[in-house]
Amino acid sequence: MIARDPWSKLARHTPARIALGRTGASLPTEEVLRFALAHAQARDAVHTPFDAARVEEEVRGLGFSTLRAESAAQARDVYLRRPDLGRRLSDESRARLAEAAGEPVDLALVVADGLSSAAVHAHTLPFLAALKARITDAGWTTAPVVIASQARVALGDEVGHLLKARAVVLLVGERPGLSSPDSLGLYLTYNPKPGRSDAERNCISNVRPEGLAYDLAAFKLAWHIREAFARQITGVELKDESDLLLETGLPPLHLGAR
Amino acid sequence: MAHVHRIGAKSFVFSDLKDLMAKATPPRSGDMLAGIAAATAEENVAARMCLADLPLKTFLAEPLVPYEGDEVTRLILDSHDSPAFAPVSAMTVGDFRDFLLSPAATPEVLAALAPGLIPEMAAAVSKIMRNQDLILAARKCRVVTRFRNTIGLPGTMAVRLQPNHPTDDAAGVSAAILDGLLYGCGDAVIGINPASDSVPVIDRLLKLMDEIISRFEIPTQSCVLTHITTSIALMERGAPVDLVFQSIAGTEGANRSFGIDLKLLAEGTDAARSLKRGTVGQNAMYFETGQGSALSAGAHHGVDQQTLEARAYGVARAFDPLLVNTVVGFIGPEYLYDGKQIIRAGLEDHFCGKLLGVPLGVDVCYTNHAEADQDDMDTLLTLLGAAGVTYIMGIPGADDVMLNYQSTSFHDALYIREVLGLKRAPEFEAWLEKMEITGADGRLLPADAGNPLLGYVAERAA
Repeated sequence: MIARDPWSKLARHTPARIALGRTGASLPTEEVLRFALAHAQARDAVHTPFDAARVEEEVRGLGFSTLRAESAAQARDVYLRRPDLGRRLSDESRARLAEAAGEPVDLALVVADGLSSAAVHAHTLPFLAALKARITDAGWTTAPVVIASQARVALGDEVGHLLKARAVVLLVGERPGLSSPDSLGLYLTYNPKPGRSDAERNCISNVRPEGLAYDLAAFKLAWHIREAFARQITGVELKDESDLLLETGLPPLHLGAR
Repeated sequence: MAHVHRIGAKSFVFSDLKDLMAKATPPRSGDMLAGIAAATAEENVAARMCLADLPLKTFLAEPLVPYEGDEVTRLILDSHDSPAFAPVSAMTVGDFRDFLLSPAATPEVLAALAPGLIPEMAAAVSKIMRNQDLILAARKCRVVTRFRNTIGLPGTMAVRLQPNHPTDDAAGVSAAILDGLLYGCGDAVIGINPASDSVPVIDRLLKLMDEIISRFEIPTQSCVLTHITTSIALMERGAPVDLVFQSIAGTEGANRSFGIDLKLLAEGTDAARSLKRGTVGQNAMYFETGQGSALSAGAHHGVDQQTLEARAYGVARAFDPLLVNTVVGFIGPEYLYDGKQIIRAGLEDHFCGKLLGVPLGVDVCYTNHAEADQDDMDTLLTLLGAAGVTYIMGIPGADDVMLNYQSTSFHDALYIREVLGLKRAPEFEAWLEKMEITGADGRLLPADAGNPLLGYVAERAA
């Protein structure tokens, strides 16, 4: 009953759903269910509650100190409808971070649930482990890692400002796709403060074993941090040229001075 | 000027025309986010009743976005065709709805009326129309455009073949193009959203599509959906650009956030037309729009998102596009929360675009953080098919692996053709038959492993 497509060999060139076959005009049963499963996984990635306590414990296990924070969006449905609330801290969290702030540091690090807590649960530990080696190598000082709930990207700028950081790095669960429900995004802002626009940040996307590998992502981020400090800028003016340093496709162990 | 409507002992006061329009809009999250939506269900209907009594010509006298500070308002009002407006100039918004649904509003009458209507009028009447009204009236509006084929003829619906790939890989893109063509899709355009902004990468994608189209003499056009300035730069270096793409919005400020203005759109249009790459016409622009873009850019002037969306069609029609589409569910649940809101918005956008004379297609779509699923897309697709939508998107398995959202698939296009008997653009339909992809009835023939398209793509991928 199913008409198979004689070009299924070409499917290895793309993650797109090609050569699915058909019954009449319609998808075969198997494909309808495969799609439904992928959608269910992506939906769950959006709505799975963020296990901030577990992530905090993992981050501490790497030798970082930590702080917890919440955005002004109290619940998931508010978070989805009101992006403005997810971009700023709750009053309580703001007070807590202001109190905890110490001397000025090079970097503030924020782990934000974003739209996929699944991504944050899966990738925070291995990615931060890779990044920590780069931070140590470069000698950058860091503030306690902030674990932020119901948070959007711009929240990092307020955190970075409160913690007196030269730059803020925010790890965030990206909007899940059917083929990538657990993709982690990295955002970097130089001289962070509330009111910075998207055009003033750099983004490294699709961090996960099937996408951009942890080591490579940590290298790219470290390259951006080094450039941001040297040129005192992030955003559209800072173009990614880190690929020029890749040695036979692999990142160098030491970034070195600029 | 304030507008007042009484229901029994209650008085509903709307501070000005844009407040009335916002409160009359069927509920949606974007207007709530902007803080301009009706506070209660009763206020929402009171606003619609008040709006129904408003003379249509009010919108010419009271611009919702100030004339002095916004070039989109100036474009809309300066190009308004008064003689074309005359037949409906004495009507209220409510009368206008009745007229649109009456037999007096024939396709010919509506086509002649289009230049006499401004977007705000289309938006206003849509707010007092039910979904079935939006379908019935839109179905009577015919907008036909041409480049290498004829889009928008009655009884037809075209499909954009969208072969996106997360790294713009040539073999991956080619495989998806092949998949779409062999499923009978691609008459609207073969259009790639590139992952990269790099000029050499986009140049390579343009050449890849141009080669397939030329080699197999496919009566269709290609497009890489990159910024208009990039397309202009590519045309200057001789790249094979068929359609020039740009995202547009309904206010000057929102367009500025996209890095464009009307002058730049005119420059891109002239450059594309001067290449004369069309064979049956020179409608050379492809625009995308979507409710919420002006709010997202902080340039909405307190005007509701649906009215601003209609104003984007006012921008589009000034440049005689081949295709315009609203990416209705793409921006996210903060603008359209769930399947119900997406369905409503899709029908409104399609109606407003067609009434204004724009070749409107719809990206029937949603993201994974919206309360929607493929069943909602089936519903909207079926309604739009009945409404005579110009074109829809065709994406392998409905899953865009580059943009991370779900739209309509090649199979969905086959479904709607089967249910509603919709044909493709005639030149493309004839080509499919010649290539023995479809039979004389337009249905797919059993796939043939010896199809020369398949051999061509497989050879290049190897």
